[in-house]
Amino acid sequence: MSAALLSQLLNGLQYGLLLFLIASGLTLVFGVLGIINLAHGSLFMIGAYIVFFVVSKVGSLWIAIPVAVICGLALGALLERFLFRHFYDREHLDQVLLTFALILIFEEVRSLLVGNDFHSVPVPAILDFSVPITGTFSYAAYRLFVIAMCLVVAAVLFYWIERTKMGAIIRAAAEKPEIVDILGIDARRIHLVVFAVGAALAVMAGGLAAPLTSVYPNMGSGLLIISFVVVVVGGLGSVSGAFWAALLIGLIDTLGKAYGSSLVSLPLGQVLAALASMSVYIVMVAILLFRPTGLFGRRA
Amino acid sequence: MLNHGSINRRRLLRVGGGSLVAATIPTTWAIAQAKPVKVGLMLPYSGTFAQLGENITHAVEMLVAEKGGTLGGRPVQFVRLDDESKPEAGPQNAERLVKKDNVDVLIGTVHSGVQMGIHKVVRESGTLTIIPNAGNNDVTRSLCARNVFRTSFTNWQPAYGMGLALAKKGVKRAAFITWDYAAGQESGAGFKEGFEKGGGTFVRMLTLNFPETNFQPLLAQVPGLDVDAIGAFFAGGGAVQFVKEYAAAQLKPALCGAGFLTEGTLPAQGKAAEGIETALHYGDNLTGAKNEAFMKAFRAKAGRDADVYAVQGYDAAQLLAAGLDAVKGDLDNEAGLYKAMRGAKLESPRGPISFSDSQNVIQNIYLRRVENGLNKVVGVAVESLADPGTGCKM
Repeated sequence: MSAALLSQLLNGLQYGLLLFLIASGLTLVFGVLGIINLAHGSLFMIGAYIVFFVVSKVGSLWIAIPVAVICGLALGALLERFLFRHFYDREHLDQVLLTFALILIFEEVRSLLVGNDFHSVPVPAILDFSVPITGTFSYAAYRLFVIAMCLVVAAVLFYWIERTKMGAIIRAAAEKPEIVDILGIDARRIHLVVFAVGAALAVMAGGLAAPLTSVYPNMGSGLLIISFVVVVVGGLGSVSGAFWAALLIGLIDTLGKAYGSSLVSLPLGQVLAALASMSVYIVMVAILLFRPTGLFGRRA
Repeated sequence: MLNHGSINRRRLLRVGGGSLVAATIPTTWAIAQAKPVKVGLMLPYSGTFAQLGENITHAVEMLVAEKGGTLGGRPVQFVRLDDESKPEAGPQNAERLVKKDNVDVLIGTVHSGVQMGIHKVVRESGTLTIIPNAGNNDVTRSLCARNVFRTSFTNWQPAYGMGLALAKKGVKRAAFITWDYAAGQESGAGFKEGFEKGGGTFVRMLTLNFPETNFQPLLAQVPGLDVDAIGAFFAGGGAVQFVKEYAAAQLKPALCGAGFLTEGTLPAQGKAAEGIETALHYGDNLTGAKNEAFMKAFRAKAGRDADVYAVQGYDAAQLLAAGLDAVKGDLDNEAGLYKAMRGAKLESPRGPISFSDSQNVIQNIYLRRVENGLNKVVGVAVESLADPGTGCKM
């Protein structure tokens, strides 16, 4: 395998895993609560800003990320308890309007509290070095750390969903909500937990990404769109689907960008390069055409 | 309605003045001059570019205050309009200033998409327009208009200067990375032209969609290009992230670019930006009495340091003052006004400036290097650089 390809695969892996953190919360909330949460990208932004704030006060990312996750759980629980709970029986349009309003509110509050400037979060000193991948290209150690963290979170999430009692109830709630009702389980508690965990995952992704991407207004909006692609490709409500779809989308997007521009010299090169740049969406269309429930979707 | 009334009264006075004895002429003059010049400021006062709009406004007001509150003997009345950097609302907002508020002059704007909307409107209405930032080449090239001036830059100018300076330094091979949108392409084309003009070999243009920030796939291609330098055009958050990722990848080719790569972003870029060379028409340690006085006055007025946007706004007002002074405030004397503005030689905080036939600013492009969090001027990349103005027919 060529060195350039190896570094591109690493890029795709890291990008895909970060997408998974965002998309897993999105797909869980949709699967269990039936809500399309457009404000999920704002939670990513909030996570980044919390980490920026804590790091600037305390100086340690190792404190900032747990703080952000706890804030994310609390924020998610509050949103579910006081807002979303009242919207489960409403039409999708009402839900979409609610979450769209939340985007505007979160952005405006962010603007009032911290302004519209770009901020940078320093990489922790212990990880502030680059690992030589090839003779001429190095990979930031912090990126490798993000890969490792995402894999750990994915493992914990799988264990929780697949091996614990609460996980079983969540899967049941996602696939056959009426079973949960018949069994007399308190669905409200499940909703609260799922929404809080989903929010915390997005907040954590934002926090982890902060040293990589800097912190800036509206930073979650681009990722929200691609995360929806991941959710659709993986199958609505399926966490394992989101995992494989996120890796697939991350790799396709990265390789499309990496090698798309070198296609220009071929016959019809301009067309091929343009297609490469939208490869992710072509995959989504193909999945919708031939497997409408997504790669891992079980619910029609 | 009121406006119609006043115009009718003015016409009446003029007709009346013509039929009266010469002694009454000074009276009609005095009335015409007492009428304020209405200057529309169509700028972003909210959103990401709000501070740019505010700095431009502060600087325009500063120059008018320096002139004793009058330009060409007439008081100045400002009409502010927040364009929110929304291109879709550009034409409508410009129409409002031109048709409803009846401004005599329009100063705007920052965002090049919004500029296209303004341009469409003022090309038809003929309203005198001075651009204090937006850099789209076309506005002073194929779409140039006799009533539109620019005191900022074309996207081509700083990038051309960077490319040329790079080649003259002895760099043989270079590539360019940018967003695939108008400003990025124009900047990239300028860099390529300057670099080739200096004898360098331009290898490739690498692009990603605007405003994506997934730079890693592009950076991983850099070692394979076998180049000595990479030029780049990014701004704002994209510039912050690109510079940081470039540093983390420990790539051999030196990073350089149009000045926006490190403009207003240095605190966020931190040590990743140290040593990067960029080219722009302004820098942090420019000396000269004009710049020092400007910096001091701006700080006193705005409560923060002046930047390149403030300089561009100040010069937009200086240019307007030069034009109005020449025609003694008589905006109806269009030929005289435009001639005076095109011929203006101004002392800008950035150095001497003048204007090309396509009415874009001619200026020094400085070579700057990031040192200790400042864009320090280390030399002049190109002296008195004029945009070619290709395709401009007045």
